[in-house]
Amino acid sequence: MPKQLLCKENLAWLGSAIVIFVVCSLLMNAGIINSYYQITLYNICINIILAVSLNLVIGICGQFSLGHAGFMCIGAYCAGIVTKMMPNFGGFMIGLLIGFVISAIVALIVSIPTLRLKGDYLAIATLGFAEIIRIVVQNMEITNGAAGLSGIPRLTTWPLLLAGVVISLIVVCNFTRSAPGRACLSIREDEIASEAMGINTTRYKVIAFVIGAILASMAGALFACNFYVINPTQFTFNRSIDILVMVVFGGMGSMTSSVIAAAAIGVLNMILQNFSDIRMIIYGLALVIIMIFKPSGLLGTREFSFKKLLNRRKEK
Amino acid sequence: MSQFLQQMINGLSLGSIYALIALGYTMVYGIIKLINFAHGDIYMLGAYVAFITTTYFGFSFFPAMIASMVVCGILGVIIERIAYKPLRHATRIAALITAIGVSYVLEYTTQYVMGSEVKTYPTLLSSATFTLGPVTVSMQQIYIFAITIFLMIALQLIIKKTKMGRAMRAVSVDEDAAKLMGINVDTTISFTFLLGSSLAGVAGILVGIYYNSIDPLMGMVPGLKAFIAAVFGGIGSVPGAMIGGLFIGIAETMVVAYGSSLYRDAIVYLILILILIIKPDGLLGKNQREKV
Amino acid sequence: MEPILQVKNLTKNFGGLCAVSNVSMKINPGELIGLIGPNGAGKTTLFNLLTGVYEPSSGLIEFDNDGKKVQLGGLKPYKITAYGIARTFQNIRLFKTMTVLENVKVAMHKNIRYGTLAAIFRLPSYYSEEQWVEEKACELLKEVGLYGKRNEQATNLPYGEQRRLEIARALAIQPKILFLDEPAAGMNPQETAQLTDLIHRIRDKYNLTIILIEHDMSLVMKICERIYVLDYGKLIADGNPEEIRNNEFVIKAYLGEEI
Repeated sequence: MPKQLLCKENLAWLGSAIVIFVVCSLLMNAGIINSYYQITLYNICINIILAVSLNLVIGICGQFSLGHAGFMCIGAYCAGIVTKMMPNFGGFMIGLLIGFVISAIVALIVSIPTLRLKGDYLAIATLGFAEIIRIVVQNMEITNGAAGLSGIPRLTTWPLLLAGVVISLIVVCNFTRSAPGRACLSIREDEIASEAMGINTTRYKVIAFVIGAILASMAGALFACNFYVINPTQFTFNRSIDILVMVVFGGMGSMTSSVIAAAAIGVLNMILQNFSDIRMIIYGLALVIIMIFKPSGLLGTREFSFKKLLNRRKEK
Repeated sequence: MSQFLQQMINGLSLGSIYALIALGYTMVYGIIKLINFAHGDIYMLGAYVAFITTTYFGFSFFPAMIASMVVCGILGVIIERIAYKPLRHATRIAALITAIGVSYVLEYTTQYVMGSEVKTYPTLLSSATFTLGPVTVSMQQIYIFAITIFLMIALQLIIKKTKMGRAMRAVSVDEDAAKLMGINVDTTISFTFLLGSSLAGVAGILVGIYYNSIDPLMGMVPGLKAFIAAVFGGIGSVPGAMIGGLFIGIAETMVVAYGSSLYRDAIVYLILILILIIKPDGLLGKNQREKV
Repeated sequence: MEPILQVKNLTKNFGGLCAVSNVSMKINPGELIGLIGPNGAGKTTLFNLLTGVYEPSSGLIEFDNDGKKVQLGGLKPYKITAYGIARTFQNIRLFKTMTVLENVKVAMHKNIRYGTLAAIFRLPSYYSEEQWVEEKACELLKEVGLYGKRNEQATNLPYGEQRRLEIARALAIQPKILFLDEPAAGMNPQETAQLTDLIHRIRDKYNLTIILIEHDMSLVMKICERIYVLDYGKLIADGNPEEIRNNEFVIKAYLGEEI
């Protein structure tokens, strides 16, 4: 193992993950986080994975995808079908892996033709693909059609969920701070210049898209094994917009803000649970207002970093 | 064969409605390069305005249609002024996100005010049918054809022959140059929204009659299909939107008649993806490329 | 000597407009070539053809890749870049919100030997390669005098420095041929003088063949060894600065016919 992995900032991140894990576990055991709050907590974690993975595609690579729900749908159904046959941790893992493979293949098929398109055309094409995925799921036997799957064993546990969040954050952050990540950023900034600098732009767009799809399918698997029931109407265009709202609220390109936005919206959803119409109106208005007054999102592209924090203390 | 002809007739009437909505998309995209996601919801509101005026105020068909046109037209202008105007020079993605936001506001405000349940549309036109050889045409379909054809001719005349139409074409080619030639760009864009939105209002009442029921989320899917129709025909092109609308309507009807109704939406998305891959500029669209 | 780049009867039509018409050029290794012509003569279009942004309508672009002839016409820009052909842009195209250092690192992409998986799992190759990239990028920034600003966003640099950053970024490709599209545009005389030095210095240090488009005639006449002149998409003259200065076609193209 390279010694750089054991630097102070990585240890600080590891430490904070352990603290969050222990504190939440204790609070759950003590009943302070009751089953009602627990649903919110679990939802927030799933949404963090979705928001971070979509942010990779939109915020880092600059490719505007409106089809994220489609990949979540694939992950959810793969996990749901396998765990119904094998209701244990092994089954979950197999379902998860099958979901990875299928969503990666579908993402490849979707991305190679559509990623040639620019901006808003791409958005509509990905939306179309996600809807096709949903319609296919709705018409298959193994997925039990429009009725969906019920009685999925509840295998999503707190450690598993937190592991999912940590893994997706590590994957996306490590990717961003590397040569392939820089290639993606340069595509976002100026595609023609990027290609002139020797970057195979299609290749890196596809890579970002596939990583995003795999992480979304992980979120889908955790989702399916948490809520017992899944059906195609849970994975419509509206779900993609929900994820988009989190990415846009926080700030495109910043993972810190996606995490915060997912948490804030999770809490907001809980508070406004009985006013679902008003909630949607607020979301709509918020999208408009943010785009007009602060299009970079509430936090912009700023990232929280232990490295900067530690360096600042050293300077003092 | 007679079944095929019958399906053609049905497809054409559905397609006419799509074409009316598609015109709004294509005009707005042509002039400010925005996919006006909220356009489908304008059409939903058109259906609701006609529903309210006929049910509560006893309007007959044509006054109700005019009312929808006026309300939708004004609403379109207000939306443009409040939500889109500040973003005219922002990225297209920012504008698209705003449009999605506006769409949410319209849908869920309607749902909040009118309730989420499906409402049955009053009978506004006689349900008489005519048999012409092997096919049956209903009075409703005749109205749909007649109104659509009339509006499209009127629209073509406005765009080609009037001063405002010339201004619209000028702004869509080059906003800055148009401004320098003394064209009031803001007014021209507002006028474009007025035209597009009032056509959507007409589409709203026609679809209410055609399907006999309306609900607050009815705008999303037909809105998307109409957008696809606009892309198919070549976005920015008015005749393209008409051809695209009719094509999508016929394709959808044929899939339902000869395939499975379960795939009626999938076929439309498939058409979209195929056209984007094969000819992204659409049938009648112009090729545009970035200057390096 | 074998030419490093040979252009044969290159033509590009946009609809009815013939932007580049039947252009042939021979460029020898190590030459410093100027490409001049009135506005709209097709100079940038020619660059775009040579760097793959546009596909030629007809004609050949032959590149001598260490003794092996390669056809560049119709290749994707990133493939052409991989042969060691770099460029800058007339209307500066930096990666605006990335830092100066990152801008240079992006251009080193093809020489970085670790993949996506190594990046995600932070394999040892990631660390060793990134260290090398950092050092090399800093070295290039020192070369153009931007090392002190390496952590600033590219968009915050003043105009002249943005042009220099574009050159540093092109050098990061480790090119054999460098295309400079109006490198002195918008510079004051002092900056232009610095640029002249820089161009001479990098050519000698990195064994470059340089082709530049420029409207600043004093710069072109001073540094270019050979000049091609384009007018209405056609090559109307080539030769050394002295010949070009006295060429009647060139004078006509710039000043118009005498009446």
